[in-house]
Amino acid sequence: MLKYESISELVREAEARGVKISELVLQDQSEAMETTPLELYEKMEIDFSVMAASVEVGQRKDQKSMSGLTGGEGWKMKTYAEKTNGGLCGPFLAKAISRALAVAGCNASMGRIVAAPTAGSCGILPGCLVSLWEDQGFDQKDIVMSMFTAGAFGMVIAGRASIAGAQGGCQAECGSAAAMAAAALVELMGGTPSQCADACAIAIANQLGLVCDPVAGLVEIPCIKRNVSGLVIAFSSADLALAGIEAKIPVDECLDAMRRVGDALPDSLKETAKGGLAATPTGLRMQKKVFGSNQEET
Amino acid sequence: MNVFDIIGPVMIGPSSSHTAGAVRLGRVVNKLIDGRELEKVEITLSGSFAQTYKGHGTDRALLAGIMGYHSYSPEIRDALNIARQRGIAYEFIKEDIKDAHPNTARIHYFLADGGEGVMQGASVGGGNILVNQVDGMNVSFNGDNNTILVMHRDKPGVIAAVTQLMHWEYADLNISSFHLSRQSKGGEAIMTIEIDGQPPENLMEAIRKIQHVSNAILIRRI
Repeated sequence: MLKYESISELVREAEARGVKISELVLQDQSEAMETTPLELYEKMEIDFSVMAASVEVGQRKDQKSMSGLTGGEGWKMKTYAEKTNGGLCGPFLAKAISRALAVAGCNASMGRIVAAPTAGSCGILPGCLVSLWEDQGFDQKDIVMSMFTAGAFGMVIAGRASIAGAQGGCQAECGSAAAMAAAALVELMGGTPSQCADACAIAIANQLGLVCDPVAGLVEIPCIKRNVSGLVIAFSSADLALAGIEAKIPVDECLDAMRRVGDALPDSLKETAKGGLAATPTGLRMQKKVFGSNQEET
Repeated sequence: MNVFDIIGPVMIGPSSSHTAGAVRLGRVVNKLIDGRELEKVEITLSGSFAQTYKGHGTDRALLAGIMGYHSYSPEIRDALNIARQRGIAYEFIKEDIKDAHPNTARIHYFLADGGEGVMQGASVGGGNILVNQVDGMNVSFNGDNNTILVMHRDKPGVIAAVTQLMHWEYADLNISSFHLSRQSKGGEAIMTIEIDGQPPENLMEAIRKIQHVSNAILIRRI
């Protein structure tokens, strides 16, 4: 049985057995959960189909959040990407960005999503995976399998650092999601287990210290757009690792640093809506608009 | 922890604590009502729940859970309308519940048959919950296991009678957690018993027949 206490454990075991991390994890989890690999695979396949459906829902023109503060971002970006043949980022990345926005928007409008690892960061993994599936012709089976790699990396991050904004800031939510997605992308592109770990380390290092400062305490501003930066970092980290650029700081040490940084962050920057963008004059005005008064007064 | 704690759950957004957890708190009340006809609920929201419930749909989520929907049910969005259609009156009250977790709700339900009850619990993060009170008595369970609440008079031997019955009549039954709370010595008391696996048939009836036991409720895994 795997312990999921370090990513080096996953890399070592996968390399020793000559399998992908996803294969190792699927086998291990089916033993741990006393079920068959097929049953777990099918469960993950449902998660992927929900992700693809939330992209659809979130790209509708009339998508609007419950508070009314946000809406339509996925549709705007998709339309722009189509009109401009991908704008500055190019067609593939621009469309992937629109998908991350769409899923995060779907979440904000009380649509159905898969927390991956959280609701606030739910756009990153689908933004990456649905794009490889729809635009690059990747096999659905490989995509679903790569989600076991993403999940296993997430388990280590959760234990070693955190996946909760209230505990570790946004680095724990969008940071973790990007790191998980980066590892999955590397595996899908045929990278080695050790390159998966490098991509994870690079993504974590790129988001260390990111604060959780939701305006009005809602999972909208800046969360929806942070799903985009997380997605872009996932792709760039995966490409770096695939290019053979190694993480200079080993991944498990990055996770330990992430935990210490999270602990050092003041409470005002950990989902309390008392610091960062939430505490700006405009952020406070929005809070007043949605709830009638700000939280200090109630 | 397993891989689906990270990739998952499938849920209705926007917040695992303020939406998905709220549905699960509502579902505890659904289990307490146990199929009887519901007329009215008074829901007290405390702390962060009180401040941000509209933007997170916490009100809809709690009502949806009370009506038996799950944290992945698309009906959550329309829960206020669905409650009205079902003739369930609802009221949301903002009030600071002392010493409570920031995401706490207290749900007072009124049934068509004149019965009523109160549940208080908190959404403690990631969609997980902790139930603190049932009908004014302190309890402590998270809904992950099948949970048996035994209301009884605080007399010597009642706990032994319940656990002996569970052991001798149902050998496979294993208690995973036990909690007792009482209002005063010799007064009303409540046992919170979490069990592994499924409760056997007739167990609840058998517990209710034990001397000094006034009621026993099974709250199936949420």
